[in-house]
Amino acid sequence: MGKTAIEVTNLGKKYAIGNSINAYRTLRETISEKISINKKQPQTSEVLPDYIWALKDVSFKVNKGEVLGIIGRNGAGKSTLLKILSRVTEPTEGSVKICGRVGSLLEVGTGFHPELTGGENIYLNGAILGMKKNEIESKFDEIVSFAEVERFIDTPVKRYSSGMYLRLAFAVAAHLEPEILVVDEVLAVGDAEFQRKCLGKMSDVAKQGRTVLFVSHNMSAVLRLTNKTLVIDKGNLLLQAPTTKAVDYYLSRGLTQEGQRTWQPEETDQKSHFAPVSIRVLDKKGYVLETVRSTESFFIEVEYLVRKPIKGLRVGIYLITSRGEFVFTSFDTDDPEKFESYAIRKAGLYHSRVKVPANILNGGRYLVGINASSYRIKTYFHDEQALAFNVDPSGAPGTQWPESRLGPIRPAFKWEIKKIKNANK
Amino acid sequence: MGKKDKDKRSIIKPSHGWAALNLRDLWLYRELIFFMTWRDLKVRYKQTLLGASWAILQPFLTMIVFSIFFGTLAKVPSDGVPYPIFSYTALIPWTLFSKALQDASRSLVANRHMITKVYFPRMILPLSSVMAGLVDFLIAFVVLLGMMWYYKISPTVNVWVLPLFLLLALITAVGVGLWLSALNVLFRDINYVLPFLTQFWMYLTPVAYPSSMIPTEWQVIYALNPMTGVVEGFRWALLGTGQPPGIMTLVSSIAAVVLLISGMFYFRRMERLFADMV
Repeated sequence: MGKTAIEVTNLGKKYAIGNSINAYRTLRETISEKISINKKQPQTSEVLPDYIWALKDVSFKVNKGEVLGIIGRNGAGKSTLLKILSRVTEPTEGSVKICGRVGSLLEVGTGFHPELTGGENIYLNGAILGMKKNEIESKFDEIVSFAEVERFIDTPVKRYSSGMYLRLAFAVAAHLEPEILVVDEVLAVGDAEFQRKCLGKMSDVAKQGRTVLFVSHNMSAVLRLTNKTLVIDKGNLLLQAPTTKAVDYYLSRGLTQEGQRTWQPEETDQKSHFAPVSIRVLDKKGYVLETVRSTESFFIEVEYLVRKPIKGLRVGIYLITSRGEFVFTSFDTDDPEKFESYAIRKAGLYHSRVKVPANILNGGRYLVGINASSYRIKTYFHDEQALAFNVDPSGAPGTQWPESRLGPIRPAFKWEIKKIKNANK
Repeated sequence: MGKKDKDKRSIIKPSHGWAALNLRDLWLYRELIFFMTWRDLKVRYKQTLLGASWAILQPFLTMIVFSIFFGTLAKVPSDGVPYPIFSYTALIPWTLFSKALQDASRSLVANRHMITKVYFPRMILPLSSVMAGLVDFLIAFVVLLGMMWYYKISPTVNVWVLPLFLLLALITAVGVGLWLSALNVLFRDINYVLPFLTQFWMYLTPVAYPSSMIPTEWQVIYALNPMTGVVEGFRWALLGTGQPPGIMTLVSSIAAVVLLISGMFYFRRMERLFADMV
């Protein structure tokens, strides 16, 4: 304990963009490039390809036995960092000192061959991940039972359901015993039960005193598993702090993915009296968010164009869980007074915004649907999957127990506990 | 713990120019070579009608075509043994070599999902593609034994050196395979070059004709093609034709080793680009 497991110093990774990364080079190009450089020499600045720094000046230290979270939006450089740490790709500058064997779960099932059976793939995949044959042999049964595929172990994996495939793949990787484990988003897939199992396995690994680097979009998983977290954006390390602080910073800075959708004019019916323009999820301060916190109120805003006056128009939203259950439906003219005052919606550009109070939604992913209609007359626009966003339950009632709660809502109820009678001795 | 730590400490930093061969890593991952070879074998003839008979059919049918056109019609000399067995003896190491070339040069691109996700010495991929061809070679070799029995030719006393010539073929295949696979990551032209390359190379190798047809003053240059040494060696050890190993074999061996070592260094130099370029 206390010893450094990973020390990253001024790490940078440059990627060429444009021609040289997309198109494969052909010999002709290389030869003609060489020739043209030789002919016209003072041209270097133009010849240089465009590049971007996927990672720049990143430095941090991880102690042995520490579980470090890494958060940032897509394309922030998290995966590049993990790829460098697991030696898949080389950095352009800087260095990493690593003490111990690194096992990576950059993607589960790497090297799985569809024609081979489950058992054969365990050996193959294990060897690719760096396990020795006898190591795999000794863990074989454990892997099979963790993956719950006992009956199908002699079946080619191409006949597996995607769930079985994934469970098997994760099981192999999870039984690797490196001193440093690098995990990227594996938990984003699989059903809730399996996710729980994976998280359990990961915290076991951490408890055994091994170092874990954990990249995830799942804030509650990061909060549960890690004590320190890095926030990365556009290749830069923005913050390195205790996880609660880092998650707060990440969520409040609006570093999450855009929780917004816009419709191009050509996507909508040109003849309709109603056309959606955009829909977004906003926090209290008006920042567009993809992940909102369960403990804070937020807004859902629909912007739309009314081309010709519409009688009795109501614009509303559905909230639907990722499993397709409706949580609620609400219209902007639910209130009888509003219904009266907007009896006819005149032409113009509008927005209808609804405030969703704090402590309503449980953690998870939700879909927002739009319905614009006049009751019993016409539905002008209907889209049950207009936008998706996440709710992060950290800090919600009951999060002291690290388990996921059933049900789409997670209200903060007032409970009363009263002793009625002393126990009889 | 303390002693273990020392072994496992490593530093990741940008490398420049020529890299060390890092054979230690290759040794640590030796089991992966075995598993990848085994995977290639398991999968190779899945969903084919004829299965492993393809390993025999390819050289065998070529032998028949050669026997008709070169042996019977063009009357190419065959060092005093029946033409079919003369050409088949050369065709089995040649098939091993040309298939190894094909599989190895595509191995990196074909396994790009592994290269971009997990670290392991990349050299394992072309290596195991070459190894997988060995099983086909052995199957085809059994047929050769059958043919020798049919033509009543018994192997010479020199047959014990045959494994050395097989090794020479493997060294050549790995050497060229390393070059081509690394080049293929950067330049997909290799895919188009390959069919021509194998065809030309076969004409440069005494597969369909004996090397005694080459004028003596050219023979040393001719032997720069390591496959010349392999094919001549096979015929000498099994059929007793041609020259015993001499200057030509030496030249071929040196050429093969040069190919292997240069291939390994080039591969290692390019390896760092694979994950980003493949």
